[in-house]
Parts: sequence; C-alpha cells; structure tokens
Amino acid sequence: MEKNILLCGVGGQGTVLASRIIAHSGMDAGYNAKTAETIGMAQRGGSVVSHVRISDKKIQSPIIPKKRADMIIAFEPGEAVRCLDYLKEGGTVIVNSRPQKPVTASLSKSNYDGSDCLEYLFENVKNLTVIDGDEIEKKCGSPKVLNIALLAGAAASGELGISVDGLKEAIKKQLPEKFHAINLKIVDTVVNSK
Amino acid sequence: MKKFLMGNEASGFGAIHSGVNLVSGYPGTPSTEILETVAKNNPGYIHVEWSVNEKAAMEVAAGAAYAGASTLVTMKQVGLNVASDPLMSLAYVGVKGAMVIAVADDPGPISSQTEQDTRTFAMFSKLPVFDPSNVQEAYDMMKDAFIMSHKYGTPVFFRPTTRICHGCESIDISDSYEKNEAEGFVKDTKRWVIFPRASFLNHQKIEKRNKELSETLSSYKFNTVEKSTSKKGIAAGGDSWAYLNEVINMENISGVSLFRVGTPFPFPEKAALNFMDGLDEVLCIEELDPVIERALIFTAGKNHLNIKIHGKTDGTTSCAGENTPESVKNYVNNFLGIQTDNKELFTNKPETPARPPVLCAGCPHRASFYAVKQAMKGRKAVFCGDIGCYTLGNAAPLDMVDTCLCMGADVTIAQGIKITEPDTTAFSFIGDSTFFASGITGVVNAVYNHNDIILVVLDNSTTAMTGHQPHPGTGITMTDFYQKKKAGIREDVANAVSIEKVLRGIGVAFCETVDPFDQKKAIETIKKASELKGVKAVIFKSPCIAVTKPGVPYKVDKDKCRSCRRCVTEIGCPAISFNDGKAEIDKALCYGCSLCAYVCPFDAIRKEEK
Repeated sequence: MEKNILLCGVGGQGTVLASRIIAHSGMDAGYNAKTAETIGMAQRGGSVVSHVRISDKKIQSPIIPKKRADMIIAFEPGEAVRCLDYLKEGGTVIVNSRPQKPVTASLSKSNYDGSDCLEYLFENVKNLTVIDGDEIEKKCGSPKVLNIALLAGAAASGELGISVDGLKEAIKKQLPEKFHAINLKIVDTVVNSK
Repeated sequence: MKKFLMGNEASGFGAIHSGVNLVSGYPGTPSTEILETVAKNNPGYIHVEWSVNEKAAMEVAAGAAYAGASTLVTMKQVGLNVASDPLMSLAYVGVKGAMVIAVADDPGPISSQTEQDTRTFAMFSKLPVFDPSNVQEAYDMMKDAFIMSHKYGTPVFFRPTTRICHGCESIDISDSYEKNEAEGFVKDTKRWVIFPRASFLNHQKIEKRNKELSETLSSYKFNTVEKSTSKKGIAAGGDSWAYLNEVINMENISGVSLFRVGTPFPFPEKAALNFMDGLDEVLCIEELDPVIERALIFTAGKNHLNIKIHGKTDGTTSCAGENTPESVKNYVNNFLGIQTDNKELFTNKPETPARPPVLCAGCPHRASFYAVKQAMKGRKAVFCGDIGCYTLGNAAPLDMVDTCLCMGADVTIAQGIKITEPDTTAFSFIGDSTFFASGITGVVNAVYNHNDIILVVLDNSTTAMTGHQPHPGTGITMTDFYQKKKAGIREDVANAVSIEKVLRGIGVAFCETVDPFDQKKAIETIKKASELKGVKAVIFKSPCIAVTKPGVPYKVDKDKCRSCRRCVTEIGCPAISFNDGKAEIDKALCYGCSLCAYVCPFDAIRKEEK
C-alpha cells in the first residue's frame, strides 16, 4: 500500500491542516506517514505545496517524486496546473474552481481567471472532480470551508485511501469540538451535491 | 511511544528527553519550532527564552553550561553569523554541562539570505556536527549530540535542513527520561577565563580530540558503508541520503557501494577508506557546500588512492539550490550510465500566474510604506530595508525597499549612503524585533557620529515573519507565553522595553509614535522629520493582523467605482481585484484596515454594513 497525495494552493488557504488530517488518518490505519510542507516566506500569498505520503513500507523521500502522485488536491485551478508534473498516469485531481488572482496579475492587468487552467484540466485529466468553493461557502455560510470541502471531494472519489466516514471520524478526532458541526456539514454538502 | 511529529518538534523532544535545563534562541525559519516545542512541552523546570539575538542566546547558554546545566541554543544559519563571536572562543573554552547548538540550514534558499553551510562552520570552529537525514534521526541525533557534548565538554552542532525541520513523520520517542542536575558554578580561572596561553594549549587538545572523534565516529550508527562488487560508489548525507534511497528503490538500482555520512565533521575517515577501498569512481550527493566531497578528495589524496571523485567541484552536481528526487535520479542515472525517462505526461500547459509572496491584506507595514512614499513624492530619497515581513515592501506597487543586507543593517547602510550622497534623504526601515536584535547599536553610531537619517520603526508588536514570537517590546517572555495563553491572560507589559524610551535615552530628540492608518498624521510626521537634521525617529505602531481580531470588512460601491484602479496600483492589497472593470474586495481576506478607502478618490469604498 502506498498513497502519494499532493496538496497545492495559495498561502493562507488551509493546505497544511488538510495534509495533517490525511497523514493522521493514514497513521490511525496503521501505516507510516510522511509530509513536507511550505512554511515561512512563501506562506504570504505565495504558492504552497504539501506532500503527503502514506505507506506500509519505510518512506524515504519527504517529497513525492514527479509522476508518482496518486492524487492532487488543488485549492486553486492555476496551482493544479502548476503541479501537474507530479501526477501519475491516470491519477486523480480534485480542484476548487474559484481562481485566486495574485496582486501581480491585477497590476499587470493580466486577465488570469483560471478558465484556461480549468479547461486544460477537463481535457487532460480523466479522473477530475471540480468543487465549486463559492457554492459550498454559500451553502454552509462560512468563508473558511475550502480545505474540508476539497477533502470531502477527495474522499468521495474513492482514491484518497480514506472513506467519507473515515474523514468524518478524522474531523471529530483531530479538530477542536466547536468546529465539528460545521465541518461535518461541509462534508455532507459536498458528498450530496455530487 | 509512536508520535507524528514535525522535524523541529522531534528535535525539541530530543532535547527534553536529554534532560535539558536551559533552551535559548532567536526565531528564524526553518529553526523556530525547535524552541517552541520545548516551551509548549516544558515539564516545568526548563528555562526557555527567546533571547534578544543569537549572540545573547549563546552567551546565556554558555553561562548556564559553565555552571553545569545541559543547554540547547537554536537559530537559523545566518543567526550563527551573529553568534560567531562567542562561538569561536567557546570552542576553545568548552562547557561543563552540555551545549547543543541547533542551526537549521536552508538549501534553496527558501526563506534565507544565503546558502551558507553550518557543516563548514563546524569545521571552521573545530566542533562536531550531526546531520540528520529524516525526522526520526533528528530525534535520535539530538540525543546523541547531548551525550557527546557532555562526554567531551564541548559545544556540539546539530544541523537539520528545511525539509527535515518542516517535514512530519511518525517516529518512535522515549516514554521516560532524567533531568540533568547542574552542579553550580565552580571558580576555576584557568578554565573559564580565556587567555592566549590557555588557548594555545586548548588548541592542541581540540585537534587531538577531533582525531579521536574521527576514529570513534567511523563506527557510529549513522555513518554507514554498504559495500558492493562494482567499482562505483555513491556518498551522501542529510536529506540527499533520503532522496538517494528513494531513487535506489524506485529505479531498482543495485551493485553500487554506498556511504552515508551522518557526522560530516570530524569526518569518519576510517569508514571513508573502507568505502573507497576497491572503487574507481565516487559520486557525492549533498546540498550547499561540497563538504563530504572535499573530505573524500582529501582522504583519497592523503592515502594515495587512485580514484575519481565527482560532485559539485567538477560540476557533475549543481553547486547551488536544493536537491530533489528528480535531480538525484538524474545524477545517479548519469553516473551509472542508465537512461532516464524524462518524458512529460502533460504538455502544452497553459501559463500559470507568478505568485511572489506579498504583505498580507490589512498589514500595517503597507500603510507605513505608503505614508513615507506620499511624504517623499518628488523628492530624492533612499529607502533602506531589513529582514522581516517588511522586506516584502520591495514589491510593486509600493517599491519601498532599495537595500536589504542582514539584521540591523538598514540603520547603518542608510548612514553610509547619506554621507556619500548628502543631498538625498536616507530612510531606514526596521521592525520591532529586529530593532532589539541588532538595530540599537546602529542608532548609537548615528547619534555619536552626527549622521543624518530618518529611522522608521515598524512596530507591529510581534516577530511576524517567523510565526509571531514575543520579543522585549512585548513584555511577554517565552516561559510565560504558553502558560499565560493557557490561563487566558492576554498581556503583561510590566517589563516591556519601550522603543521610544530607548531612542530618547540614546539621544534621539525627534521621536514620534504614530498609527500608520492615520495616513494624514503619518505623512505630516514624516514631512516634519525630513526638514530636520540629525537622527529622527518615527515609530509606526499598529499590531500585526495575526495578533489582532479583524475589523469590519470594506466593500466597493460598484455605482461609484470609476475603474481608476488606484486601489490596486497604489497599495497592491491582495484582497482587491478587478472583475468586469470594477474593483472587488475579497471579504474572506479583508481585515478592515481602511487604507483602500483612503486612496479611493471617488469615495466608492466603504465599511460593510453590519
């Protein structure tokens, strides 16, 4: 058993928490887990990547080798495309459809809106799940739901190595109690909208 | 006991489980969480402090270790430059208890000024260094470093790199440990007072000890040799060793001899000779300096071995930057004559936007920089910056950092520029934590030498870039930081050091504290300062968004927005973007700082109604 999950997004979107939840779930299931995260300068609005590796054998590299990721969980369409070289042949991509326009793009009047990237993903990734982050936010009435929403999409795809119920258990186990209700609601909203 | 830990947490636990009595350090990515881990898991008897800088940290620990305490000092690689004065002498004097110096290196560099290598520093200062290649080893080697330090009465380096520091892994840690009991300071002038004669004798002892250590370390469990039948061998250390093993498994490589170096200094020569015995060619894979490579070349030369050694020195591997599983795969395959499959699965990908790090939405530094920019519009000025979040003030559209060198250098570089170019106005921007770390000396220099600068202290009441550590200006020490947090006590400013009082005490007559979000007053104050001679100080005081609650967010009245784009082109806030030609504020990012409303000429940006 080996699962390599790459999470990518923009600093501040919650990739670190999501990667911890996956790693802890893997450990609880009796596997070895290893992660590598971006911390520091790049957190401030820069691109961030978390590598999560789960295996029944000893894991060597903390970084997933290219073309070895079973799944990419992308918090932003452009970031998904930026990290595609990590995806294995036939791998799964879970992506949030809402683009995040960097200040540099606004300044240069670039028309980046993520649509080219989403289109490329549609054409080139067979196992693709698109999560409408805006829609889920509206339904759940909270702006900080993206990480759990994407994890729910990942669990529902059947390729994460964690089932939807397993994810719910992990949320209850790993998050403070006051956040349980909202996060469980997010999972149900995503799973039911599929 | 199994625990899922970050490398820095593992190192912190390694210190606690070695019975450490005192931990001091200065924050710096990627080292910060080592000290924080000890503070968070303090059994109660450990003195943990964020010292004012790395030199202070090392000296506090030295004093404690003279008195028999077991000590840990933490910093990032450039911090070691600050601590190098006590370090070089301490290497000669030695310690009684124990001292492990944890210095995190940052190949890439990912968040540092240099790609310097602490292994080289260890060699220079003649001190042993442990170099873990994964999180488990970070824990194990930290404990080994304490044992060695105690046994040989010497400071010992422990040097993880970013991927070890910030990687997480499920590892085995001890369930129990014993606290070190410090004997207390015993007067011994010959030992504790450094003198030329004593240093001559100690120098001889150190060289002798290092020879012995090289012998002993040749059989250390993390210096390993795997012999094979072929004439080729690969040597590696640190995370490159992990990448190498990944590649060996992935590509099913066999028949090559392997040498893993866990203590690059003193170099395990005997193990190296065993590794090189019968080999024609060796490939060295490591990050930063070619430390293992040079040691192998040296050992081969000394022993007249006919062997080719490849790596950074002959350009076989990259002399700069991080290694990755891919770079190591290419090195190994080229060395062994294996074809590398570099076929890309995804081609003709659309362009993705560049995402350089930026000041957060609501960051008070943006308001401070903008005020100075407005005040100096059309006038000649140089803006000297420093290390911290505010280095990001260099980005467009603010473009307010003209120089950045090292901690505290903004204050002194501004003086040199002004002396050489008298008709300019020289500004120096310094953060509150940096001011205490190494800014004060520069201000004294300016006052003493009648140098003419405007010092702008960006006081956000925290050490923001490294993850919000307290500092002298906050009045909260590391030891009570977590205890008070647990008890729900917000602040105790009894011992807070006032930046304004310090400046006035030094003799800075013009010294005003202003809220940078009061743009009118901020601009006025800078203008006033620029009319005066000598050292002028303006303290822009407003807390970092990460240590305060967000205010009511702002929103754009689309009918009033005339698409002038000033809110983007003037201040570059990441919460503002343009959709269908109109400005839009991301509610989730907005902290309600009001700066965009200030720059909007059409009154189109207002507070969101509750």
